[in-house]
Amino acid sequence: MIRLEKRPQPSRAFSLATPVLAVIATMFFGGLLFMALGKEPLLAIKTIFWEPLFGEFSFFYRPQLMIKGAPLVLIAIGLSLGFKAGIWNIGAEGQYIMGALFGAGVGLAFYPAEGHYIFPLMVLAGAFGGWVWAMIPALLKVKFGTNEILVSLMLVYVAEQFLASMSLGLLKNPEGFGFPGSRNLQQYESAFNADLIEGSGMHWGVVAAMIAVIFAYVLLSKHRLGFAIRVTGEAPRAAKFSGVNPTRLVLFCLGTSGLLAGLAGMFEVSGPAGQVTIDFNVGYGFTAIIVAFLGRLHPIGILLAGLLMALTYIGGDIAQSQLGLPAAAIQVFQGMLLFFLLALDMFTNYRLRFGRTEVA
Amino acid sequence: MDLSAINPVLFVAGFLVAATPLIFAAIGELVVEKSGTLNLGVEGMMITGAICGFATAVETGSPILGFAAAALGGALLSLLFAFLTQITLANQVASGLALTLFGLGLSALLGQSYVGIKPPRLNDINFGPLADIPVIGPILLTHDIILYLGIALVAATWAVLKFTRAGLILRAVGESHDAAHALGYKVVRIRTLAIMFGGACAGIGGAYISLIRVPQWTEGMTAGVGWIALALVVFASWKPWRLLLGAYLFGGITQLQLNLQGAGVAIPVEYLAMSPYLITIIVLVILSRDKSAAPACLGRTFHASS
Amino acid sequence: MTLTKLLTGAAMALGLATTAMAEDKTKVGFVYVGPIGDGGWTHEHDKGRLAVEAEFGDKVETVYVESVAEGPDSERVMTQMALDGADLIFTTSFGYMDPTINVAKKFPNVKFEHATGYKQAENVATYSARFYEGRAIQGHIAGSMTESNIIGYIGSYPIPEVIRGINSAFIHARKVNPDVQFKIVWAYTWFDPAKEADAAKVLIEQGADVVLQHTDSTAPQAAAQEAGNVITFGQASDMAQYGPKPRVSSIIDDWAPYYIARTKAVMDGTWTTGNTWDGIGAGMVGIGEISDAVPAEVKAEALALKASLADGSYHAFTGPLNKQDGTPFLAEGDTADDGTLAGMNFYVEGIEGDIPQ
Repeated sequence: MIRLEKRPQPSRAFSLATPVLAVIATMFFGGLLFMALGKEPLLAIKTIFWEPLFGEFSFFYRPQLMIKGAPLVLIAIGLSLGFKAGIWNIGAEGQYIMGALFGAGVGLAFYPAEGHYIFPLMVLAGAFGGWVWAMIPALLKVKFGTNEILVSLMLVYVAEQFLASMSLGLLKNPEGFGFPGSRNLQQYESAFNADLIEGSGMHWGVVAAMIAVIFAYVLLSKHRLGFAIRVTGEAPRAAKFSGVNPTRLVLFCLGTSGLLAGLAGMFEVSGPAGQVTIDFNVGYGFTAIIVAFLGRLHPIGILLAGLLMALTYIGGDIAQSQLGLPAAAIQVFQGMLLFFLLALDMFTNYRLRFGRTEVA
Repeated sequence: MDLSAINPVLFVAGFLVAATPLIFAAIGELVVEKSGTLNLGVEGMMITGAICGFATAVETGSPILGFAAAALGGALLSLLFAFLTQITLANQVASGLALTLFGLGLSALLGQSYVGIKPPRLNDINFGPLADIPVIGPILLTHDIILYLGIALVAATWAVLKFTRAGLILRAVGESHDAAHALGYKVVRIRTLAIMFGGACAGIGGAYISLIRVPQWTEGMTAGVGWIALALVVFASWKPWRLLLGAYLFGGITQLQLNLQGAGVAIPVEYLAMSPYLITIIVLVILSRDKSAAPACLGRTFHASS
Repeated sequence: MTLTKLLTGAAMALGLATTAMAEDKTKVGFVYVGPIGDGGWTHEHDKGRLAVEAEFGDKVETVYVESVAEGPDSERVMTQMALDGADLIFTTSFGYMDPTINVAKKFPNVKFEHATGYKQAENVATYSARFYEGRAIQGHIAGSMTESNIIGYIGSYPIPEVIRGINSAFIHARKVNPDVQFKIVWAYTWFDPAKEADAAKVLIEQGADVVLQHTDSTAPQAAAQEAGNVITFGQASDMAQYGPKPRVSSIIDDWAPYYIARTKAVMDGTWTTGNTWDGIGAGMVGIGEISDAVPAEVKAEALALKASLADGSYHAFTGPLNKQDGTPFLAEGDTADDGTLAGMNFYVEGIEGDIPQ
């Protein structure tokens, strides 16, 4: 008989080895899937994982990894703080949208004035937009004990309707011949979140993501608040005795995750996306939840997980176009990767025991 | 504006149908959560059920077999979630999200050759002269068997949870898995069964969309119903009858906003489209006083030695 | 601006990379906004792609990426196709407009074709279909056949494309039936079959016996079939499986002739930029067979209307027409110019209700 036995300490070796094992397992089973679809399995795997990093056109894809990964990391870092403390914000998608709307709204309000003050104001507005949207579930939770999972999720749909309304109404490009969507901020120099070094993919959102990683790392390992977060998540009762104020913690965690999601939305709309459109949001807020868990809620882990997710997206698109793999196969492949990572993660905290050596 | 254009009888009959996929998905999830497990993969199981049911109905010509296959497909997919969360003790939130991603992809692969096909129709039950009773007849007695099955399922779930030993055990596992384990109940097995029940229900809910409400197969056609089902469970504070009410409220608001538009009421459409979600939040706030209902172990991982 | 300078720099770097891999096969890329299994918009574009393959066989290689989000993802996918040596790239959603222009700047030797947009460049052409011509025929049949004089219309979002269709259908329905009223329901989604089904049911419950849809699923067809005496029209694809009733005819997106012609032009080296807005005449808008449920004389009139639209002797927006508020739109005999049509954001006189803004 096989049993699981909890390790006294999480295994460092396994915490490093499981992601590698998971990727290998995914490659194997993904390969089988691609074979079943009549594609060359090794070529497909190579296209997804190798091509963007080291292929002929990696000079183009590597910066794209940053562009795709930055919003994921930025949002996931914020979410991880709450998740660690058992505060579940799953509405980052909505906060992302509101950050983009506030940021773009402020930028467009100044149009066509140019000035160095515009972009910083947009950053503030974006952060504020996301923060406000997250404070709704936070305040309701604090005041009424309402479940934040649902309120934040419901607010995603509300934000999506706002987005549609803004794209068709208030923020619609007056020179757009009646078509929906705002002016393109890429063509408005003061509001454009351009690459800091052209072609590097390094826009302010990437910088912000990196700062967020460092900030979270320091907060969690050095600061009292980080301690409060960890204690609350691991032993809520003990947290109370050690003087943690749960109200402040809820406000801080939800507020921070909303703020970071809002920033991500603002940097996206003013940079890579450029426009407020009906379909501006592409699910970063939801994918970031997965990224947060894949990274085991650890800042460095999240950074790597965000890049890995970005890699599968970019490699997946390449495989679609070069090999004719359907988008659905890529989705299944990503699903597999997550499954293996989650399943194998068991070995970090538990070990397998064979035979009936002990009685539980 | 012409409010008289809205026919209340048809309006009510309409949202009974609109609410049915929600009822199935949500009642399944309710049982899962009662056992102490949070499965966010409802959308993935629904869409998988939608294609399994559709494909089977088209191949066999029998919608009923389709629904059976949908239940089976949903349950099989949910086994993946059960394996991850019960055997390998993975985080439930992440596993559920991964399940949705996987289910959306898988269903699209399975459904590639079913685009643009019309499925066999499931006929409404013939109640004979009863259906001619004014008001009640057209509202209640003009539907297909699955719709009634959904309502029956809510009643059965309520009865089982409240009155039977099985229900008691299920709730015990959800309230305190350690205590239940100490009493000798197989926590993992019970939760796995609950998860499979949830999967089967979600599958039927999905098939109701692909076989009855729409009916056709297109990728991603459940379009977020699974997420609303999740909200509905908490909205109902884990009480089956309240869940039924919530499903009708939700279906009703959507129907009402379409009806108002049709009647030419000048309300900004986007704000009407938001209204079901805003009202859900308001109701959540009102109901939040009642904290007794949430299963205490919801979302927590169980391991026998801990 | 520094931006243009830097882009040119990037263009040179990227240009060097692409010229290195000249192939004898013509490579055509397609960027899709939805999955090819959506049974509507993207499905029809993909049929066009397959037609290109069937037409040119070994001389052409087509590639596609589906479900590409508008914004940076689309820009990346287009760039990737260009890097991989595509000679011609079709970008099939309005939201790809600015990304297409951006990428086209970096790859002056690659031809781009953007659907439904208004920005052209030396190597970016635009194309769209005059679906409103098909709407005119629908309006005619609808106005002739309705008995309740209520016609339901399911819109996606209030954008010019959809408003144009509503106006065209309304004008022609009124022409044959002055008592006709339109009930318009906005779904505020591109894709949610269950909501479309609800919208159709609501319209039917409120007395509509004709349902026109600007959404791509067959949900309204099924709802109409269940309700009984209601007629509908296929949208995007023929939806013939719902004929002869409720589906009495359809508007079919047929991109194949255009895609074949443009691919041929690239092969021959005759490709030039431009703005193509084709309708029934060029075969971009197909009218599905008018079923026997339509009375013979109505069918004959509809076919005559189709013929006059096809040969250009009649324009679907011909004056005298007023806007909804009563101000003149077109004088007697005048026809609407393409600019006005492209950005149409007002109802014509007689339609009740406001366009949501």
